[in-house]
Amino acid sequence: MAYRWKNTLTHADITPKAAYLNRRQILAGAAGLGAIGLVPRAADAQAGLEPNTLEEIRSYNNFYEFGTGKGDPAANAHQLVTAPWSIKVDGMVDRPGDYALGDLLAGLTVEDRIYRFRCVEAWSMVIPWNGIELADILNKVGVQSGARYVAFETVVQPENMIGVQRRVLDFPYVEGLRLDEAMHPLTIMATGIYGEPIANQNGAPIRLVVPWKYGFKSIKSIVRITLTDQEPPISWNIANAREYGFYSNVNPNVDHPRWSQASERRIGGGLFAARQDTLMFNGYPEVAPLYDGMDLSVFI
Amino acid sequence: MTLSATVNGALRNVRAWPLYGIAATYAAWEFWRAVNQQGPYLVEPINVLERTYGEIALILLVAGLLVTPLRQWTGVNLIKFRRAIGLCAFFFVLAHFLVFAVLDVQSLGRVWTETVKRPYVTVGMLAFVLLIPLAVTSNNLSIRKMGAAAWRQLHKLSYVAVILGALHYLWLSRGFQVEPLVYLVLSIGLVALRYRHVAWRKQAA
Ligand code: HEM
Repeated sequence: MAYRWKNTLTHADITPKAAYLNRRQILAGAAGLGAIGLVPRAADAQAGLEPNTLEEIRSYNNFYEFGTGKGDPAANAHQLVTAPWSIKVDGMVDRPGDYALGDLLAGLTVEDRIYRFRCVEAWSMVIPWNGIELADILNKVGVQSGARYVAFETVVQPENMIGVQRRVLDFPYVEGLRLDEAMHPLTIMATGIYGEPIANQNGAPIRLVVPWKYGFKSIKSIVRITLTDQEPPISWNIANAREYGFYSNVNPNVDHPRWSQASERRIGGGLFAARQDTLMFNGYPEVAPLYDGMDLSVFI
Repeated sequence: MTLSATVNGALRNVRAWPLYGIAATYAAWEFWRAVNQQGPYLVEPINVLERTYGEIALILLVAGLLVTPLRQWTGVNLIKFRRAIGLCAFFFVLAHFLVFAVLDVQSLGRVWTETVKRPYVTVGMLAFVLLIPLAVTSNNLSIRKMGAAAWRQLHKLSYVAVILGALHYLWLSRGFQVEPLVYLVLSIGLVALRYRHVAWRKQAA
């Protein structure tokens, strides 16, 4: 692997919003960003992070297993059975197996992370997640040296999922990250929002959150994690390769073929809300080194 | 007495003009709910209002195409409501466009760039533009001035507009969705029916 992040932070310096924001700035600094000009911009962007309300976060969702309307997940996701929940960990790992959720997360620390969340449809929210760094989970199961990618899979419960019955996509929903993206300290597996267990429509009981990528990368209700040396297929790319790439980093300079990505609408501003400019990497420039030497208009 | 005669009889004294009032009230009511973020407008009122107006427009355009076959098949005659149905459809398209321009993309420059860059907007815009001359000539004076034949010819543009509207909907959908397909099949089917009918009539003559 050409590049790998090292998380130098311990789990002692956790939670409250202010503390966390400081932490992120430390991270940005620790990353030794060549593009120093980007750092203050990240800090600026950070300053305006006013989280959306829980009601907003829970009632406007894309979760096509439960229908394609934004209100469908809130209306239908109560049918999702989330207990018991186990996650199959397989592929190039030292300790593969079917882990009960509690066992997989035991001993790992849940942190508060207030992140911007930018949907590929050009709307955005700010969400106060509670989650565990994916790197911690991966380290726990032991990533083998040849592994280069992580693949994820969402649960399929056809009898409870109207969208699966209607074959809106080729389910199960699958996603993936390059291993260095997965190990990046910004990448978390969320189990809560606002300190409450994550709602079914938000991806209960556990979902990925990759804040610098479009929302569909942050796969919900995960039942399988596979370490592999091949770039794994991802659902939206299978559905429409021209429109959705493996990387799908938030990028105001590369439009979706059917709409512009240069600006977005922050949810919560009402009917007369102004649009705002979309930030490169959704305002997380510290991830830029992951893509050094890559043309991000090609690797969409 | 047949069912169609009963229906036609019951409708004899019903006027078309209240439809305008109903449509305007409905549009205003949805707008009001969007302003106050009620019901489906709770979180993202702009896109939801845009979609609400778009969907009503398409429903009304398809309804306009249904008037003639309904009469041919069942004898139920709604022809006196057709102008109101068509004009209301146009008003909803206009409202849909205004939400897009003023509340969604928020700049005329972007209306233009979106129109040239995004095929689904191009198609929607084309449908909208085609409907303008139809809306302008949807009055008795125009029919008299143009002559019935020319007027009828012009209003066949509505066939194209409905199909483009449905295509627009299909094109903006993500994943496999049934609803836009239903509209597209319905609108193409209803237009095809007319031409099949014409061909059949020619054959008979
Ligand atoms: C005859 C003309 C048109 C018809 C029948 C029509 C119909 C529709 C329909 C049915 C929808 C989807 C509603 C839903 O999801 O329930 C829609 C969405 C939309 N339409 Fe139109 N439309 C027309 C013209 C236009 C024009 C002129 C524009 C812009 C210039 C436009 C822009 C949009 C946009 C931006 C959306 C929402 C896309 C999204 O949410 O991603 N439409 N329209």
